[in-house]
Amino acid sequence: MPKLTIDDSEVEVEPGFTVLQACEQAGIEIPRFCYHERLSIAGNCRMCLVEMKRSPKPVAACAMPAADGMVIRTNTPAVEKTRKAVMEFLLINHPLDCPICDQAGECDLQDQAMAYGLDHGRYRETKRAVKDKNFGPLIKAVMTRCIHCTRCIRFSTEIAGVQELGATGRGENMEVGTYVEKALASELSGNMIDLCPVGALTSAPYAFRARSWELRKTESVDVMDAVGSNIRVDVRGAEVMRILPRLNEDVNEDWISDKSRFACDGLRYQRLDRPYLRDGGKLRPATWDEAFAAVAEKVKATKARGIAAIAGDTADCEAMTALKDLMAALGSPHLDCRQDGAHLDASHRAGYLFNTSIAGIEQADACLLIGTNPRVEAPIVNARLRKRFLAGGFPVALIGKKTDLTFSHKHLGTTPNVLDKVASGAHPFAKVLNKAKRPMLILGMGALARQDGAAILAAARKIAEDSGMVNDGWNGFNVLHTAAARVGGLDLGFLPGKMGGRDVAGILDGAGMGEVEIVYLLAADEIDMDRLGGAFVIYQGHHGDAGAGRADVILPGGAYTEKNATYVNTEGRAQVARLAAYPPGEAREDWKIVRALSAVLGKPLPFDSLQQVRARMAEINANFAHTGVVAAPWGTFGEEGRLDPAPFASRLANFYMTDPISRASPTMAKCTEAFVNPARRRTGTDG
Amino acid sequence: MSGETGMPPTDFAFTSGNKKLAKAAVAKYPKGRQASAVMPLLFLAQRQSGGWLPTAAMEHVAGILDMPPIRVYEVATFYSMYNLGPVGKHHVQVCTNLSCWLMGSDEVADSCRKTLGVDFGETTEDGLFTLSEVECLGACVNAPMMQIGDDYFEDLDVTATEGILNVLKGGGTPKPGPQGAREGCEPAGGLTTLTEKPEAQGERSGEA
Amino acid sequence: MLKDRDRVFTNIYGQGDIGLKGARRRGDWDKTKELIEKGRDWIIEEVKHSGLRGRGGAGFGTGMKWSFMPKKPGRRPHYLVVNADEGEPGTCKDREILRREPHKVVEGALLSAFAIGANTAYIYVRGEYCREAEALRRAIGEAHDAGLIGKDACGSGWQFDFHIHRGGGAYVCGEESGLLESLEGRKGQPRMKPPFPANIGLYGCPTTVNNVESITVVPTILRRGADWFAGLGRPNNTGTKLFCISGHVNNPCTVEDQMSIPLRELIDKHCGGVRGGWKNLKAVIPGGSSVPMIPKSVCDTVLMDFDSLKEAGAGLGTAAVIVMDQSTDVIRGIARLSRFYQHESCGQCTPCREGTGWMARMMARLAEGRASVEEIDLLEEVTRQVEGHTICALGDAAAWPIQGLIRHFRPEIEQRIADYQAAQSERAA
Repeated sequence: MPKLTIDDSEVEVEPGFTVLQACEQAGIEIPRFCYHERLSIAGNCRMCLVEMKRSPKPVAACAMPAADGMVIRTNTPAVEKTRKAVMEFLLINHPLDCPICDQAGECDLQDQAMAYGLDHGRYRETKRAVKDKNFGPLIKAVMTRCIHCTRCIRFSTEIAGVQELGATGRGENMEVGTYVEKALASELSGNMIDLCPVGALTSAPYAFRARSWELRKTESVDVMDAVGSNIRVDVRGAEVMRILPRLNEDVNEDWISDKSRFACDGLRYQRLDRPYLRDGGKLRPATWDEAFAAVAEKVKATKARGIAAIAGDTADCEAMTALKDLMAALGSPHLDCRQDGAHLDASHRAGYLFNTSIAGIEQADACLLIGTNPRVEAPIVNARLRKRFLAGGFPVALIGKKTDLTFSHKHLGTTPNVLDKVASGAHPFAKVLNKAKRPMLILGMGALARQDGAAILAAARKIAEDSGMVNDGWNGFNVLHTAAARVGGLDLGFLPGKMGGRDVAGILDGAGMGEVEIVYLLAADEIDMDRLGGAFVIYQGHHGDAGAGRADVILPGGAYTEKNATYVNTEGRAQVARLAAYPPGEAREDWKIVRALSAVLGKPLPFDSLQQVRARMAEINANFAHTGVVAAPWGTFGEEGRLDPAPFASRLANFYMTDPISRASPTMAKCTEAFVNPARRRTGTDG
Repeated sequence: MSGETGMPPTDFAFTSGNKKLAKAAVAKYPKGRQASAVMPLLFLAQRQSGGWLPTAAMEHVAGILDMPPIRVYEVATFYSMYNLGPVGKHHVQVCTNLSCWLMGSDEVADSCRKTLGVDFGETTEDGLFTLSEVECLGACVNAPMMQIGDDYFEDLDVTATEGILNVLKGGGTPKPGPQGAREGCEPAGGLTTLTEKPEAQGERSGEA
Repeated sequence: MLKDRDRVFTNIYGQGDIGLKGARRRGDWDKTKELIEKGRDWIIEEVKHSGLRGRGGAGFGTGMKWSFMPKKPGRRPHYLVVNADEGEPGTCKDREILRREPHKVVEGALLSAFAIGANTAYIYVRGEYCREAEALRRAIGEAHDAGLIGKDACGSGWQFDFHIHRGGGAYVCGEESGLLESLEGRKGQPRMKPPFPANIGLYGCPTTVNNVESITVVPTILRRGADWFAGLGRPNNTGTKLFCISGHVNNPCTVEDQMSIPLRELIDKHCGGVRGGWKNLKAVIPGGSSVPMIPKSVCDTVLMDFDSLKEAGAGLGTAAVIVMDQSTDVIRGIARLSRFYQHESCGQCTPCREGTGWMARMMARLAEGRASVEEIDLLEEVTRQVEGHTICALGDAAAWPIQGLIRHFRPEIEQRIADYQAAQSERAA
């Protein structure tokens, strides 16, 4: 391990460290703009110049490999002068528009100018002005502010895998942009806003809405997909102003998807802020007492087996626990959390988890994707796959709809026949998997949410077993969920009861035939409401979406930013979302609604506090008792059977609109217009 | 410009001749390093498009080399020899850097302006000439000089400049190289070296 | 006085046949096979011993540079890249080599490539040199057809492929790592060092980048012996050199003479003297636009070599001598160079991208006198803020000419400012 001297103290660092990293290890902060630990080294801003013994010129700490015996100085007058020089150069053509810049208050240039800026400008010439560019509905680009650090270019090229951004021209006329005007088509584009050290790239929807110092920051988790990205929710008053990523190396690193970041303006629209009752065919505002009374009246008049409950894709574990216990108390076995009808088998936890873990992808050495498009179903997982791909030696194959994953892969076909061939070992890719030391597969909802889903699950299990995906310390079998609530629901057993309990299809059929008279939709909006027949529908949720439109009683709940709630991500990682703003109007946290209703129904649930609900969750499933992921034991799951030759379909037609919040979001609507609809038109004419 | 519309062309494809040349250019570089051929291919595309690079041409090159188009735009906008807008049939590029300036490039430039009726960065109305100011073209001992097309015109003065441009105006081909008495970079006053009789080692051909 | 028989470039004026036949008559391609058979180590030692220093501007020992290449080729191929992206204002020597002595280039490339274990060489010829590239292409074709290069170069068993890559008009590609970037099909933005090209160069492989003049003199050195070359010039400044003398001399020309020739002798002997006589001399930029100018007093005695010019606060650079007589507005001259560097900055790193524009704008005002005297100091400080802080040497190159101007002609700048202010107040009155 190289040992070097930095400002008179000795530091021993990992081989491969740069001088900048060595300085950080020594507790010395080196100012920088272009350097970012997750991007390739550019060395262009020159802010990190330090003195190195025997070097006539100062060296860029970010790019200089730390070597044994190096003597580095970071605190000399010459270094100070150098930093001031670079700072001055950065500022001469930077506009003095901080008062109207959204970055102000959280701007690297502003902060470092406090330390290294002169107290007056010495530049008497005309400042450079750059034409603003149209980067699409998410990113506001004020390119006169650009300091050419190229972080955004490196992010889009390296992490997002979308090579559309570059620096054209040269010298002081160099401009960052797309050259041919176009919106940046990446599901991760918003991260460039965080990476931009100045106000060149800022959030378009957030423009001029708040100042960073006015915001109350709450650490939470995202529910726009099943990744469970760690986020920070910034609130002013009662309004969520923006959502930013929060570092979690195991899950989302520094990134979040554009939906996770930008769908939050959907929280302002279509909200259910009070109970409603259907009266003469029309919904009318009601009091909580009226709403509960209406439910109680209907329940009293209905046999236990005529009652059913469906938990939706963003339902939290606390609410599902309460509702499951209530259904048990009422004596109904008809409950399900699989809105899309995915044939997930809860008998073995390993059978429905992303067992490799997201960070574990980096250890894998071959990957088979089945009926999934991770780029739209879980952009963060896709970014990790790409990261692994770029490291080399990672053959990837896809069975399913042909698509651009941002990294190269073999498209084996679209139908389960190919899967059969791989399972039987006849397909060449079976050999690739066999040869790999740590192979993995990812099974998507497009493969499971179909008639033969159980057979596909069994076939995938067979591939995993035959190619050695499951062995000591390695489990390469992965289910990629799309719903934030799904694994939690499965862990809690929010599933049809043993005594002839109906699944979602059974509930819908029963409702159609009049056998199911009451359907309790817990934030469930993704089912075919037309199939509910004459059933009495209770909708508990936060948005006036499909479920509310069909409801007879609406019980207004909280969105994920408005409650303390547990979500289990696709890896089986239980994480907590925290209340950042109170639910609007009379809306309440969801488990409390079910708890209150249970009392009205004469079946009071035995918990009155969040601690008690969570204790109950841990009682149902020990996994709720701890954070992090625990390896799930392997077992036999799925049902062997004939595979339907129909091609795998993608579950997500439009990445930007997948749940009531994103569907209510004006920003997501703009993205749909910019990215999804033109693409549809294109395929329409091309096809 | 494409035809009468005045709009940049939306389609571009190499002619079969240029396709062959492009293939030969790619073959100079190791397998998988075809991006190295981006500059020669852009030159081919520029020549085929009448001296400039429409976006469609850059995209065609990107397609052939399997490069993201933005990487090609970056290259095309970085190097000064790629023209991103239409240029005249004769691109008159006058060097005004130090050696040429010392030897009267101001007069040469003025003579170009006067003869062509356009300033730097402009194209004559008939589309025959584009006049540009360029940086040092590396013919400093033959200053002042200008480049038109592939040829250098050196040791210029006002008369020579006017003469060259007028020949071009008339559809003729002016004589490239130094416009005075000398052939190349030798001192105009007579050779000061390479005058001895050739010997066994380092001998010159007997023609001199 | 250098004898013609001690000159390397015997057809630099193109009086003789440029083709293979003529080249052979002049001694090119003579027993090249035998030189190869003496082996890599011998060639490198000879070149080291000759004292040959890179002719592109930096003056690094050519043999030393070669010795940095891995001794035994590993899995990665080695590359020789020949830098013929001549663009330093005032410099036009490589042009003459390419168009008048192309066979020397091909033979030099073969021997240099063999010395560093490279089977492939690329020569990066500046894009505007169309005719020069054509001449070289013809020579490569002839050499190929004659079996001098190709699968079995000169019958030595060594495979050697030599390709021309043409530039696109970017001065910064003359910087070796910018050149490699360009050769790989990207913008010519210089790379950070380390890693150095000898370790990670073209396509990530061990690479040596040599100026075209450096490799072109190699065959002659090998044939006539290192001692011959080392015996010309002064120690540490050996051999012959192509000088390009432009500007205010009676007969501007490119000429080969020995290193360490006094500047005055160079001008008087080959260029017919300074226009209007030596007394009419004002200043000289002795090594291309990047080196600081020297006033007449220094020109009187300075020798044209690395050490003497360095002592004088300038540099040999590319040995492009730009002569300015008393009629010259040196402020405007340097302002023109500043505009050049502003135009050629690649834009990658902050001090150069922002500093070259700042310096150029201030220089433009100083040329008019539209400035305050204090701004001379500010300008000087800005040049110091750029110098040494950039990824490549373009920042230094932009800074030094201004520093040279201020060092030697500050009174003239101050006078210009005073004249401007006087004219202003006259107009106001």
